[in-house]
Amino acid sequence: MVVFDKPKALADAPFHYCPGCTHGIVHRLVAESIDELGCEGRTVGVAPVGCSVFAYNYFNCDMIQAPHGRAPAVATGVKRAKPENMVFTYQGDGDLAAIGTAETVHVGARGENITIIFINNAIYGMTGGQMAPTTLPGQVSTTSPYGRNIKIQGHPIRICEMLSTLDGTAYAERVSVDSFKNIKKAKSAIKKAFEIQQAGLGFSIVEVLSTCPTNWGKTPTEALEWLRTDMIPYYPLGVYKDITAKGENRHV
Amino acid sequence: MYNILLAGFGGQGILFAGKQLANAGMKAGKEVSWLPSYGPEMRGGTANCSVIIDEQPIGSPLVTTPRVLLAMNLPSFKKFENKVLPGGIIICDSSLIPAKTARTDVSAYYIPATVMASEHGIEGMANVIMLGHFLKVCHLFAYDYFEQAMISSIPPKREKLIEVNKKALSLGYHYAE
Amino acid sequence: MAKVLMKGNEVVAEAAIRSGCRLFFGYPITPQTEISETLAKRMPQVDGLCLQAESEVAAINMVLGASAAGARVLTSSSSPGISLKSEGISYMVGSDLPCVIVNVQRGGPGLGGIQPSQADYYQATKALGHGDMHLIVLAPASIQEVADLTMEAFDLADIYRMPVMILADGALGQMMEPVNFESRPSRQIPEKTWAAGGHGDKRKNNIINSLYIQPDELENMVVERFKRYAEIAEKEVKHEEYLTDDADIVLVSYGITARISKSAVNMARANGIKVGLFRPITLWPFPSKAIHAIGKKTKAILTVELNMGQMVSDVKLAVENACPVEFYGRTGGMLPSVEEVYKKIATMAAELK
Repeated sequence: MVVFDKPKALADAPFHYCPGCTHGIVHRLVAESIDELGCEGRTVGVAPVGCSVFAYNYFNCDMIQAPHGRAPAVATGVKRAKPENMVFTYQGDGDLAAIGTAETVHVGARGENITIIFINNAIYGMTGGQMAPTTLPGQVSTTSPYGRNIKIQGHPIRICEMLSTLDGTAYAERVSVDSFKNIKKAKSAIKKAFEIQQAGLGFSIVEVLSTCPTNWGKTPTEALEWLRTDMIPYYPLGVYKDITAKGENRHV
Repeated sequence: MYNILLAGFGGQGILFAGKQLANAGMKAGKEVSWLPSYGPEMRGGTANCSVIIDEQPIGSPLVTTPRVLLAMNLPSFKKFENKVLPGGIIICDSSLIPAKTARTDVSAYYIPATVMASEHGIEGMANVIMLGHFLKVCHLFAYDYFEQAMISSIPPKREKLIEVNKKALSLGYHYAE
Repeated sequence: MAKVLMKGNEVVAEAAIRSGCRLFFGYPITPQTEISETLAKRMPQVDGLCLQAESEVAAINMVLGASAAGARVLTSSSSPGISLKSEGISYMVGSDLPCVIVNVQRGGPGLGGIQPSQADYYQATKALGHGDMHLIVLAPASIQEVADLTMEAFDLADIYRMPVMILADGALGQMMEPVNFESRPSRQIPEKTWAAGGHGDKRKNNIINSLYIQPDELENMVVERFKRYAEIAEKEVKHEEYLTDDADIVLVSYGITARISKSAVNMARANGIKVGLFRPITLWPFPSKAIHAIGKKTKAILTVELNMGQMVSDVKLAVENACPVEFYGRTGGMLPSVEEVYKKIATMAAELK
């Protein structure tokens, strides 16, 4: 009996990601959610520019590769052309929170009925460890070699907090994939985001705190530890907005 | 070929008046073009438009040396007065243009269109009064034909504008200096 | 159907709807805004959508997404906005995605002005985005042609799987002429089996992508695309000639400038100068062969443009020194008068004697 198999929506292609990188886990969670909702045939994924640029090779649904930062606009085009489709983007922090901030904010403002899976690992991966909009104060990167100095380079952006202020955002949750418990939570958040889209309720985003051992200069284990000790305190986990929740939980 | 230049302030209905001429020309089976000046100003500022009505396909739609000039303010009159072709026609709204042309090789007509509109309780219709006078002096279109063409371009929900347009056209046509 | 008096910008909108286009994404900019204003009114009447994006950058990427999903889709802008769209245009070319892009040109560079211009000729025909690429570029010269070429553009885009640009200018956008939308012979449009609009569990997944990390793969893709360009250059070149048969001087101009040139030709003929007009309708592919033939039989060519001399370089390349090629142009939003162009013709005619 098979107890653990590759999700159907995940393509039979080896990931190119570095050892210890959490992209693979998040890909799997997205694919599992598609499988469970039985929506692969009407799902269209939009890949970003960044480490996950090859995401179009890893899913069995139709895929589009977008220009840097523009995945939310591309997803808007797909959704408006074919509203019956389940449309998601998969974007990193540079793509979503730097070059694509305008596109990101405006899918929220329009209440665009799409889902963003946002990978926040506080660094640019593909180009080799430069400062990201989410790089923590004091964090060393190749373009903040003395540590991010907020007087010079400004402050990190907390995306879920920002997007939850928009009326069109139906659901915003920050999760992490550093532990089994958190991975399970991340999975239900992603599935819930898809369900919210399926119900036509508006824009949904799941921010996933992730590791980049290679560019953080850490072992995979050290990286997971740093995520817990340094990232989570700055980027608290939890539901920031959920219009399906009752009472005060609606807008956390 | 009739090449006509209509010029005045934005908001006077210069472009609308030009459109009425082009529309009537089209319905009469002629070649027509209508080219507006356009700019960032929606009200005030200067506005002008080139209208060409021809038997032949129209080349340049830009009228730089008009056969007919309809001027509705002083700056436009001064700017274009000397561009009018010899033998051409200048029609001025004399309520707003306190000047007369010195040219002797053109026919000039002066009609206080803005004052007339105001006196007859049809403010804002000076442009159509000018058109009425244009019909009188240019013989490009028969009066009844033009009136019908103009009325048919008014959308049904603005039906109440039909009477004021008719009145303005008639006032301009029957004005005698 | 009776002719109606319409503005060029409104005609683009109406022609798009008549071509089966039901999606428009754009951002306001003078002098083309009537396109989106007209579509904002018309699209809901035909169950379509006109969406105002947060920027030209977002608009072209919405176009990319809609096209990828298999829809006929339109965007329009004016010069500065087209510069912003160029990134997305390059990606669409690299992903072999069809769409129609309208550039109602205004003066530049920078914010420039808002009056008619043809200063984006190089941009449209040579470098509308990074990379080895072309768009089909169509240049209407009358409002009727705006209608016809807009409808044609949608067909060409779908047949050749590439963006098609309508290169107009502020004068064509703003002017009114009679137009009719009578049906033209429709072309065979291939089924969009490549579209990524959900595989419906009926086929393998489609991937819309412009990334080829292996240089040999990328080279193959580009070479294959250029074979398509060669086919287009073979089949789709369009131009119009007026009184060129016995002409000593042939004017070459397109769009609104061709109208002014035509009047200048008539004026010159009335004054006994044998002049003709050659009007490219496709700017890419450029009618080089036909211009080469003209160069061999006429004494001189005069290119007239609303810029400092752009298309003239393509004319010179096509003529291959068979005859002298001169240039007359105004820029910054200025339109030359017929008399100005005529004077240049008269000077050239005197020199030829």
